[in-house]
Amino acid sequence: MANLVILIPLMPLLGFLILVCSLGRLPKWLVGLVGTGSIAVSLLFVTLVAVEYFSTNTPVLVPVYTWLQVAGLTAQVSFLIDGLSLTMLFVITGIGLLIHIYSTLFMWDERDYSRFFSYMNLFVFAMLILVMADNLLLLFVGWEGVGLCSYLLVGFWYKVPANGAAARKAFVVTRVGDTAMMLGMLLLFLELGTLDIQPLAALAALTWPAGDTTLTIACLLLLGGAVGKSAQLPLQTWLPDAMAGPTPVSALIHAATMVTAGVYLIARTHELFVLSPAALLVVALVGAITLLMAAFAALVQTDIKRILAYSTISQIGYMFLALGVGAWSSAIFHLMTHAFFKALLFLAAGAVVYSLHHEHNILRMGGLRRHLPVAFWSFVIGSAALAALPLTAGFYSKDEILAATYLQNPYGVWLLAAGLLGALITAIYSFRLVFIVFFGQLKTVPSAPAGPLMAVPLVILCALALGGGWIVLPLANVLPANPANHDEGLLLWVISSVPILGLLIAALTYLRPVIPRHLFTESRLGGLLVRFWFKHWAMDWIFDHLFVRPYTAVTQWNRSDFIDSIYDVLAETVWLVHDFSTTTQNGQLRTYVFVMVTGLVILTAVVLGSAST
Amino acid sequence: MNEAVTIPMAHGLLLATFLFLIGLLGVMVRRNIIFILMSLEIMLNACGLAFVVVGARWGQPDGQIMFMLILSIAAAEVTVGLGLLLQVHRRMQTLDIDTANRMRG
Repeated sequence: MANLVILIPLMPLLGFLILVCSLGRLPKWLVGLVGTGSIAVSLLFVTLVAVEYFSTNTPVLVPVYTWLQVAGLTAQVSFLIDGLSLTMLFVITGIGLLIHIYSTLFMWDERDYSRFFSYMNLFVFAMLILVMADNLLLLFVGWEGVGLCSYLLVGFWYKVPANGAAARKAFVVTRVGDTAMMLGMLLLFLELGTLDIQPLAALAALTWPAGDTTLTIACLLLLGGAVGKSAQLPLQTWLPDAMAGPTPVSALIHAATMVTAGVYLIARTHELFVLSPAALLVVALVGAITLLMAAFAALVQTDIKRILAYSTISQIGYMFLALGVGAWSSAIFHLMTHAFFKALLFLAAGAVVYSLHHEHNILRMGGLRRHLPVAFWSFVIGSAALAALPLTAGFYSKDEILAATYLQNPYGVWLLAAGLLGALITAIYSFRLVFIVFFGQLKTVPSAPAGPLMAVPLVILCALALGGGWIVLPLANVLPANPANHDEGLLLWVISSVPILGLLIAALTYLRPVIPRHLFTESRLGGLLVRFWFKHWAMDWIFDHLFVRPYTAVTQWNRSDFIDSIYDVLAETVWLVHDFSTTTQNGQLRTYVFVMVTGLVILTAVVLGSAST
Repeated sequence: MNEAVTIPMAHGLLLATFLFLIGLLGVMVRRNIIFILMSLEIMLNACGLAFVVVGARWGQPDGQIMFMLILSIAAAEVTVGLGLLLQVHRRMQTLDIDTANRMRG
């Protein structure tokens, strides 16, 4: 088993190395084969490891080698296989494989086909390291690796300056969170002397009483890393812009895997968070506020991918809410179902965009349901799961989260209200998208629908988005059980009726204009609100004025860098000495002799003078 | 040795000093390489004279031996110097030392 575990991340790394070393000279079919094949083999190994794991059902630690040993810190490269990491491994390699297969066709016309697949393979490698790491340091390596790949892939079409700016924004904003996370890791190491996750949890429980301030600070710093990576308040501004990357990238990195790394991090270190109720409350609040903000923003967007980006932020908000109220396994469950239906939605959106010659504006789409049946049904199923209509995958996970939210003390009712309002808006915006794009009049005539390589992953993801709710995750011996729920009856009815209500509202607004939407959007306040939501609560504006502009102003003012001037003086002194000494070296032999003799005379005079006194 | 006919050491050293200064002045003011070499010879001989005078004062042969050493060194130096002189003349068609300042650093 140990060898198999090591092979899991090695396969994508091998694929990456092959593609990089071939310098883009391989034929396209071979590039596609290497790129997807490495993920397929990795998935095979994951399956084999899972089979072996389930025969014993005990977590396995696979040490590979000692990475570094310095000042009391021993960092091992060792992989932990338990229910949680296996779940993540299946999501990453499974969804990853489907998206790679899809990309072989979607990216076929690209010149940099090989570069694309090499980045994707590197991403999968880093993501696998992230979820398999048994210590925070190795986890951080994977964490930064996925950040790098996200940067490279968002800026994949680097010739458009806006894409480069979006990539930089994604990188820099997540770096803010990463810095917090690094500080949190340092604090934990200073206080507890280890970064291995399992001893860390045991030591923390021994060292600190529940609710200890230091522990809370450490948890909040880790949360800082998580909100950066998972695009939560206040660092969520990078994700909508990250849609500048190719659609498969958005599906894999910015929906299914990387952005959920923050959720994984908190679930992985849940033993620390359990000890700090204050930090948990912050997690829940961050989740609740983010999910509402992003849901309202998604309601008014016109770019098909931005709608999905905001819905991703919103759904990860649900996961944070679940983490915050102690419904750990529900958060991971929602992570998985979300990976299914959001990958499905992104890939379906990619298929629509592909057939419409890279048209992103949904207001210029319409009536596509007969022309693109596969994309249509994918969208319907994906949106149903996203809206959590009963019996879809999203329903089961969101139902668990909302039921657990209700039990949180003392803010359970408020958090539940936020969750329910979010669910209502989620249903409205997801079906708004479906109705605008696929119903009504045909506005842009699509070219032929995408080929089977794009259709097959969509069909498989459709099945997962419908039936994924019945998967039972092996999390019982990793994460604590959900808080027990006693009065589920009424709550269940409310939770399942809210999405249907949302669907009805969306249908009555966008399919049959019964609800007079224009009364709202054309009123002064309504128009303002719509613009406010469209700009995502003006967060970019606020950050721009709060941080970016003061920073650029300071850099402008300090253009010549006053610290540099200290070193400039040093350099100029050296130049002066240099200039003086070059003038003495004029090649005039007689001057040399003259200076030498003068010096000799002076020296002799000094020696004689001092000897005589 | 007869005390009456010996020249006082101070005279000998004074002569050596004058010779040395003449040579030094020649090195410093002349531009012709041949004259510079000649001035150098004068300086070397001034040193040799100083050795001989001091050796005579103490009744030791060491000063004369040192002079012989200086003579041989001077011969070697002149060989090298004349070789350089020939090269300078061949390359620059002049013996002016100031034109040979192209190697300035």
